[in-house]
Amino acid sequence: MASRLLLQNLSKRHLLRSTFASRSASTLVLAEHEGGSIKAQSLSAVVAANSLSQDNPVSLLLAGSGSSLHQAAEKAATCHPSISQVLVADSEKFAYPLAEPWAKLIQLVQLKGDYSHVIATSDSFGKNILPRAAALLDVSPVTDVVDINGPRQFIRPIYAGNALCTVRYTGANPCMLTVRSTSFPVRPISVDSKSGGASISEVDLSTLDEDSVGKSRFMKLSSQDTGRPDLGSAKIVVTGGRALKSAENFKMIEKLAEKLGAAVGATRAAVDAGFVPNDLQVGQTGKIVAPELYMAFGVSGAIQHLAGMKDSKIIVAVNKDSDAPIFQVADYGLVGDLFEVIPELLEKLPEKK
Amino acid sequence: MKIMVAVKRVVDYAVKIRIKPDKSGVETQNVNMSMNPFCEIALEEALKIKESGLAKEVVAVTMGPSNCVDTLRTGLAMGADRGIHVEAARDLVPLSVAKVLKKLVEVENPGLLILGKQAIDDDCNQTGQMIAALLGWPQGTFASKVVLDKEKQVATVDREVDGGLETLCLDLPAVITTDLRLNQPRYATLPNIMKAKSKPIKRYTPEELNVEIKSGLEVVQVTEPPKRKAGVILSSVDELIDKLKNEAHVI
Repeated sequence: MASRLLLQNLSKRHLLRSTFASRSASTLVLAEHEGGSIKAQSLSAVVAANSLSQDNPVSLLLAGSGSSLHQAAEKAATCHPSISQVLVADSEKFAYPLAEPWAKLIQLVQLKGDYSHVIATSDSFGKNILPRAAALLDVSPVTDVVDINGPRQFIRPIYAGNALCTVRYTGANPCMLTVRSTSFPVRPISVDSKSGGASISEVDLSTLDEDSVGKSRFMKLSSQDTGRPDLGSAKIVVTGGRALKSAENFKMIEKLAEKLGAAVGATRAAVDAGFVPNDLQVGQTGKIVAPELYMAFGVSGAIQHLAGMKDSKIIVAVNKDSDAPIFQVADYGLVGDLFEVIPELLEKLPEKK
Repeated sequence: MKIMVAVKRVVDYAVKIRIKPDKSGVETQNVNMSMNPFCEIALEEALKIKESGLAKEVVAVTMGPSNCVDTLRTGLAMGADRGIHVEAARDLVPLSVAKVLKKLVEVENPGLLILGKQAIDDDCNQTGQMIAALLGWPQGTFASKVVLDKEKQVATVDREVDGGLETLCLDLPAVITTDLRLNQPRYATLPNIMKAKSKPIKRYTPEELNVEIKSGLEVVQVTEPPKRKAGVILSSVDELIDKLKNEAHVI
């Protein structure tokens, strides 16, 4: 079934391409890969592409160098039925996510492929690269889209999520978007592996404009490998604020997260006080999360923090101050001392399966 | 070296915003406005670089209606040497801002351009990347540490990325956008506020700079985000565990 659909799609595309100079809709998705697989967030961009229009073949652009790139390309080719093509750019220039060569690459691929849309996820990777590529193509991008109302109408939060703005794109092709991955959840899809999936082709880099490439160099990445689930995609997030008082006390939050199989988040106050590294910050300027369960301990609930978590399904707040604004968004509130509540939770919570 | 800093006038971060009844936008009349927090950080960094002897002059730039001059004066009071105001009637999209900035860079020839990573009103996070592209300069976005090497003409920038901290080395001239943790902006002192009144501000219009202002985007409507249903206050940990297990089914 899937293979027949795929064939239908392919022939339709072929027809369109030969009949019209430009196709009605076709999307280029900028994907990230790691350790030989494409990242889960990148699939959210494919899901977003699907809601642009019915007939919308998706080309996935993967860049990097070496065998893990080609491994990721092969996996990507069979991971989602609407991916019709995987474009692979293999060069040392793409070994690190530097904006300069990557933006040039998008420009190159767009000029060849004439896509109607170019999509990336609005993580630090997409936000760094996509606007640069948009300026090279002389179009205005739309940041952090949370909903799509047709091929050229989008909804995005402004003012730290305190207002939702519906915008219509009236500019030239391509329409460039970064999408919030938590707003386009990926449902498990079974792809008929026998169909062979999408075609994989190498991008011809001989015409890659060298102009601004080489003016930046990657030095190092210092990351914290905690073994806990990724904050951006975790089902449960346990967050601590300033009230934890010290890095030592913050370990209680980590213990609780471990027990629940959850990711750990923090407020800006907790990061600034040095309790945890900054990549755990949730909020307007940190990460935006929307887990099934968000538990906030000692978090007052400033608008900048709420911007990053108020789309969570269930919010639990534990705070000594019954007037804390966090209680206005919490589904379940507990007014109490977190130094008593957390140990009790640790003791009484059921073991995770 | 000269450093150019772009600053934006926005609704103060502490203001609880109101949406206009006709849904055309957010109410900005009679609302407390101030310099975008990330722009303050950008300006602070430029001033620090100047104070360390690595730059001679800091030029603050803003775009928008005439009242944006207030923001420029704040920047001058913090320590910027002079200001440039590009008078534009309506809100400019980041691409237009980047095009205007490009023209100003051609006039002023700065060795470094520093911007905030995003404005807290439109939350776009685009302008710095776009101006870097138009100039063909390297970019260091979301910077939490900047070290300049005058001899080698490079900037080493620590960037806040999703996985942690990334360090890049950029050839100058370059564009840097600032993250919250880069520094703690200074307050303008009263004598400096007085002094700022006599510092020069140059005015341009987009037409004078030969920039065509097009948007490519049209705001259809601005609405309230959906309100969350009122929650309940529980009395004990046991009750909380019970609710999470049997009502919300999340653990």
